[in-house]
Formats: sequence, C-alpha cells, structure tokens
Amino acid sequence: MSLLQAKQVSFSYNSKKLFKGNDQTNKILNEISFTIEEGSCLGLIGTSGAGKSTLGKVVLGIQRPQQGQVLFQGHDIFHANKATKQQIRRNLQVVFQDSFSAVNPRMTAERIISEPLENYEKLTVGEQRKKVIELLERVGLNKKDLNKYPHQFSGGQLQRINIARAIALKPKLIVLDESVSSLDMVTQSLILELLSELKDDYGLSYLFITHDIKAAFSISDQIGVLEKGELIELYDSKDQFFSSKHPVVKRLRDSILAEHPRFRTLQRQTLVKKQISLGEEHLKDERKR
Amino acid sequence: METKDQNILSVRGLHVQVRTQEGFSTLVQNINFEMNKGKILGLVGESGSGKTVTSMSIVQLHDKKNMDIRGSITLHGKELNGLENREIRKIRGKDIAFIMQNPMNAFTPVFTIGHQFIETIKSHTFLNKKQAKELAIEVMESVDLPNPDKLLKNYPFQLSGGMLQRVMISMAACLQPSVIIADEPSTALDLHSQLLVLRLLDKVRSEYGTSILLISHDLGVISELADDVIVMQNGRIVESANVLDLFDAPQHEYTKKLLRTRPTLYSQKQPYTYML
Repeated sequence: MSLLQAKQVSFSYNSKKLFKGNDQTNKILNEISFTIEEGSCLGLIGTSGAGKSTLGKVVLGIQRPQQGQVLFQGHDIFHANKATKQQIRRNLQVVFQDSFSAVNPRMTAERIISEPLENYEKLTVGEQRKKVIELLERVGLNKKDLNKYPHQFSGGQLQRINIARAIALKPKLIVLDESVSSLDMVTQSLILELLSELKDDYGLSYLFITHDIKAAFSISDQIGVLEKGELIELYDSKDQFFSSKHPVVKRLRDSILAEHPRFRTLQRQTLVKKQISLGEEHLKDERKR
Repeated sequence: METKDQNILSVRGLHVQVRTQEGFSTLVQNINFEMNKGKILGLVGESGSGKTVTSMSIVQLHDKKNMDIRGSITLHGKELNGLENREIRKIRGKDIAFIMQNPMNAFTPVFTIGHQFIETIKSHTFLNKKQAKELAIEVMESVDLPNPDKLLKNYPFQLSGGMLQRVMISMAACLQPSVIIADEPSTALDLHSQLLVLRLLDKVRSEYGTSILLISHDLGVISELADDVIVMQNGRIVESANVLDLFDAPQHEYTKKLLRTRPTLYSQKQPYTYML
C-alpha cells in the first residue's frame, strides 16, 4: 500500500464580489493525482502561482478540496474519525519556508521542539528534556541552544529547529514547502544533506515543494511539474525531465541558470557543436584532476 | 591615461567596525577592489560574510555614530568616504544606484509606481513632471517592460515581485548612473522571473555602459552574469579572479568548497550537453 495517494484533487478559491456581479471561482488545482511510496521523495516544481503550496496544504489537510480524495495509509484524511485523524496528524508534519514565522517568538527552542511531544507522548520532564537534546543533536545543534529564543538563531539554525520539531514524533511524511529556498547556498546544501540523512535513518517520505530545480533533483526520487494547477508530467529520472518535449517543461529548463560561465543561458541557444565538445573535454580534464 | 578612464569605482583598504558594549567589533577588513566601465563584478559569500556591509559602505548608508568606516572609496577619483550627508545624497540614485533584495519593501505602498518613479527623476534633474514621465516611459520601453503607461498607474502591491524588481531596475537605470549595486536582485524570485531580471541587468549594462556590482550567494547567478568575481568569507576577500578562471581553477580552499557543495544537475554520464 502506498503511503499517500491523491486522487483527482481539485481545489478552487471563491472570491465574493462585494457589490455587484457574480461570485468568481479561481481554480487553483485541477484533477491532480499522484502517489508517494514509503521512504521516497516526490519533488514538485513550478513557477510561483502554479498551485504548489495549495497542493501542500491539501495534502496536510489544512485546505479541503472541492473534489477528489487524499488517502493517507488508505484512510481518507477528510473523512476519517477522530482517532484516525489524530494518528494521521501525528504522521504528517510540515516545514515551511519562513522559519521565523513558523515558531512562536516567545518560546525557547526547548518548548518549540517539545510541543508535539507534549501533545502525543506522555513523557516525564526528564525524559522529555533528554529527547529534545537528542533531537537537537540529530539536527546539528547542541545542549547550549535549549534555552535560546528564535531571534538568537540564524535562519539556517532555526530551520534546523523546525526540522527537529517535525521529526520529533517520528512521522511518516513531511511536507517541505520551500524549506531551503531562503537560505544561502552553503546552509542550503547542509540542510539538504541533513534531510536526505534523516530520510534514510527514519524511513521518512517527503513532499518537496520548490521552485529550485537543482535542489529538487538533489533529493527527490520522483519529480512532478506543476503549471497553472495541472500536474503536467511526472518523471522518475533526470533524463526524462531533460528529454521532455512539453513547452512548459522546456521553458523551465531554459531558465535554469548556468553552472559554468561558459554555458550562459544566452549562449545556450546559439552554442555550436564545437563548443559542446569543448565542454566535454573540459569535464574530462576536471575528472582527471 | 586610458586605463584610468576605464576605472569607475575603486575601494582601497576598506575597514568597517561597529561599536558594541564590549568595544569595537570588526565587520569587514582590508577590502580592495576596482570596478571598470561596463563590467559586472560579482561578489559571492555566505550570509554574514560582509557582502552587504561592503556595498552599504560604498553608498555611505551606515549609521555613522556607531560605525567606524576607514579606507578610501573613490568614484571617478572623488572620495566618498566621510562625505557629508547633503553631498552623498546627490550621488545616491544619480551616480550610484542601489537595488535591494525585496522590491516590495523598497517601494512605499501608498503611492503609485509612477509617482515614485517621477519623484526620483525630478529630485536629481531639472526635468518637469511631464518630461520626467516621458523619460520613465522611454526607459521602460527600452528594457522591454510591457505597457509602461499602465504600469506607472499601478500600486506596488498590484504587481508581482518579478515585475516590481524589473521596474526597480529601470528606475535605477533611467538616470544613467555610473554604478549600479544590485544586492541579491533575483534571490526572492522564481526561476523564470529570475532569468528575466538578470537579462535586464545585462541589457542595462550594454545599453548604458553601467558598471554593476552584483551581490549574490547563488553561484548560478554569478556564472550567468559576472565578468570578474570576488569571494568573501568572514569579512575578508579570499579570492578574486576572472569568472572563467574562478570556475575552472579555483585557488582558495573556501572557493573550492563553494563550488563543490552547490547542488548540480550535471551527471558524469551526460555533462554539459544537458543544457542544450
């Protein structure tokens, strides 16, 4: 049985006109279906306004879709009884982009991380503290950070605390909504590394929502491209993504920034065969080194 | 003599300290670089490495009471460091333009974009309102912004971040400054608008011969646009080189680490041809 299954999910926001005219419906998601297997990561990419974050909210059960079902371990998350719902919430966690607004500024790191533990696990004070320290160490922080407040951390450190809070209950699935997008490149690669370690250690699954194609490919097993509320294509490998003929995918691909100044996007279209071979030779040299 | 003309801005021995309760704490030290006409200088480093402190001391935006800025910053041979507020205000916006990361915060939400655009032009030139508007539209057209007339009537919150950033760049370019400082201009934007913004900066450079100081932590942005690159770490410059040299043969350990750790799409099997 797959861990999460979305079946024909459609979602729209209604905007009511105050004075005259009919109510408008903005269709955000249109009949989206996908599955996430246990221990795998689905990356969702798309431009802003494509509906990525809304899809994340639907999967979390924050937004109720007008049509379609979301099944978590076979249970419909919108029509489950109270006990099942509680179990689902325990196994479904989220890490958002803005780490500062995801935490209460008046709580210390210890209280932030122990919040889910208080809700679900009846631990004694000592046990709980031990657990929190364990979690802090797991995400690369230490004991000294227990009594610090959010403003005393950097963005990257606070994102680690958010991750620690998300993994506190050993969930099955974590929705990562642009979780690494606002971090600088060094921190970003460290967090991505941490995430893939955690994935292997705990058998976690991720729904990785991002507009950064490079980051998506570095962690995902499957990549979905979302555009204007439609899931255009799903890929199992990089090669499929790069050989796709779909115009939207092509546009996305064309706007990936060059990784080497010799291959700037402006030159890409006009690049002749000779230069390609030059590039390959260059890479051979690099490998030798 | 000719080489001297090419050199627009030069920073020599820049040293910035901030006063704290325990005395002075150094933010950046021994910063030396030069910007040449029509060239883009990339400035890379992780957060907290002093990129923004350096750029803000060029336009003297630091709080002078609590900051100690030493060294020399010259624009066309004129010393900027220690200039009085009244003097530096004439230079900001006219000779040196500054583009910030978040365009939503850079505009005030209570006036239309046109109002703010025209105000900027009028405060630095002798044009009247009508002429200023014509200039604004002309510049926006030249950088391929659609319907400039309509855009000017909008309020900042009515436009997307990418669009707003492009308006910001055309605003910076309309007074034809010698230097544009772009501090993370595309970081907050999605992939496609990011590319549009970078193309626009490139166009401004080739159209007006502006020198651009491009600050970014994204090596993709740097490799896309920069001619020369400075790498900063902990308030110091650790390496400065031509962009091709830097990517081909990084010298400093830290640069090597940066190049190694970035997420990449190239695999051993199919290297650069992926991009075509």
